[in-house]
Amino acid sequence: SGRTSDGSGAPRPLYMDVQATTPLDPRVLDSMLPYLTAYYGNPHSRTHAYGWESEAAMENARRQVADLIGADSREIIFTSGATESNNMAIKGVARFYKSRKKHIITTQTEHKCVLDSCRSLETEGFRVTYLPVKKNGLIDLKELEAAFQPDTSLVSVMTVNNEIGVKQPICDIGEICRARKIFFHTDAAQAIGKIPMDVNNMKIDLMSISGHKIYGPKGVGALYVRRRPRVRLEPLQSGGGQERGLRSGTVPTPLAVGLGAACEVAQQEMEYDHKRILQLAERLVRKIMSEVPDVVMNGDREHRYPGCINLSFAYVEGESLLMALKDVALSSGSACTSASLEPSYVLRAIGTDEDLAHSSIRFGIGRFTTEEEVDYTVQKCIQHVKRLREMSPLWEMVQDGIDLKSIKWTQH
Amino acid sequence: MAASSRAQVLRLYRALLRESQRFSAYNYRTYAIRRIRDAFRENKNVADSAKIEELLNKAKANLEVIRRQV
Repeated sequence: SGRTSDGSGAPRPLYMDVQATTPLDPRVLDSMLPYLTAYYGNPHSRTHAYGWESEAAMENARRQVADLIGADSREIIFTSGATESNNMAIKGVARFYKSRKKHIITTQTEHKCVLDSCRSLETEGFRVTYLPVKKNGLIDLKELEAAFQPDTSLVSVMTVNNEIGVKQPICDIGEICRARKIFFHTDAAQAIGKIPMDVNNMKIDLMSISGHKIYGPKGVGALYVRRRPRVRLEPLQSGGGQERGLRSGTVPTPLAVGLGAACEVAQQEMEYDHKRILQLAERLVRKIMSEVPDVVMNGDREHRYPGCINLSFAYVEGESLLMALKDVALSSGSACTSASLEPSYVLRAIGTDEDLAHSSIRFGIGRFTTEEEVDYTVQKCIQHVKRLREMSPLWEMVQDGIDLKSIKWTQH
Repeated sequence: MAASSRAQVLRLYRALLRESQRFSAYNYRTYAIRRIRDAFRENKNVADSAKIEELLNKAKANLEVIRRQV
């Protein structure tokens, strides 16, 4: 397994893209194995041991997820992932309260599934306010307060951004929403298991959780739905009434077990992982910035999760840098938008210049990242940035003291 | 009593490291070795025998996890 699986025999690249997905933790795989082999019952089968043991495993997993966020088991609904959880939370809450509430508040830097859910609600007659963010990627709390309307039903702000790693002031947002009795939803896919989250301390009413961002399996996630005070939502998926009627469909026991185990492992390893990841992140940034000028870190320096580093290398084209770094798996935007040629809307929202936005790379450091991998990535990055800049006429002009903004590019 | 449990701990430690070397994936292999070393180092001064037993049981369970996957 040390070579790529396409048969070319090339060694596998280093994995530095943990925001896109994470490998399964061996402890998580181990927890899932029995339910992929001997214990294959449907957890909703009430009449035999196959069902009962599967249900017990599912309920244990539910408790493990709840424990990580300070919730009650009954408040955890298993889903197919954070995208589904986001859809359920936003569309579900909006539609349930639509007779009296027609307004939703979110931010411009949310994940595509949140923005798209809001967009689709607009076609149903809802009004949505997309709050801008400051240059550091954080929302302005005063703007949030000003955005409230008498018929606002929901505020949705992600905890940690998947592209630039900034951490929003969740506690403050929770306070503000609770004071106005407006539901607060947060997409915590990149945050849980990495930073402490408590739905009561933070006054969170709905939270989206993703399995494959926390060393759990792909295809599973969860939605936390507060019971006190009760949050109601209109279910997206109809059927046999599983998951308290909020999400019909057979709960995939092996995946739920994996998600639960991932949450439990994350809780145990959170402090150890955070300390290491912070050290490695500081090492990466310090080494790159000390060797290479004109590098910008996107997003607030302080209010961030250290394992997600987004750097813009001026006068270097992001895609060519990525291609040059062929033995390191990296990304320049988020995986869900990388097929298009547009620069990241998150970088646009924080006011990054168009050319700098095209020059950005996201480095992901996780539980399994080694110091050697960071050093190799840094070395290759420095080498190729220098090489690409040598070839760049723009870089040459900058070295000669020409202000690029003063140039009049003519048409031929 | 103390001597045999010290030997037991060392045996377990060596077994864990030896099994971890067999992970073919670089990231799993390096993590296992690093985590095992750090965990044993962190707990080396634990005196309470109940706590020691709990930690040893956890270590044994993790050894079995590794054995199933290498």
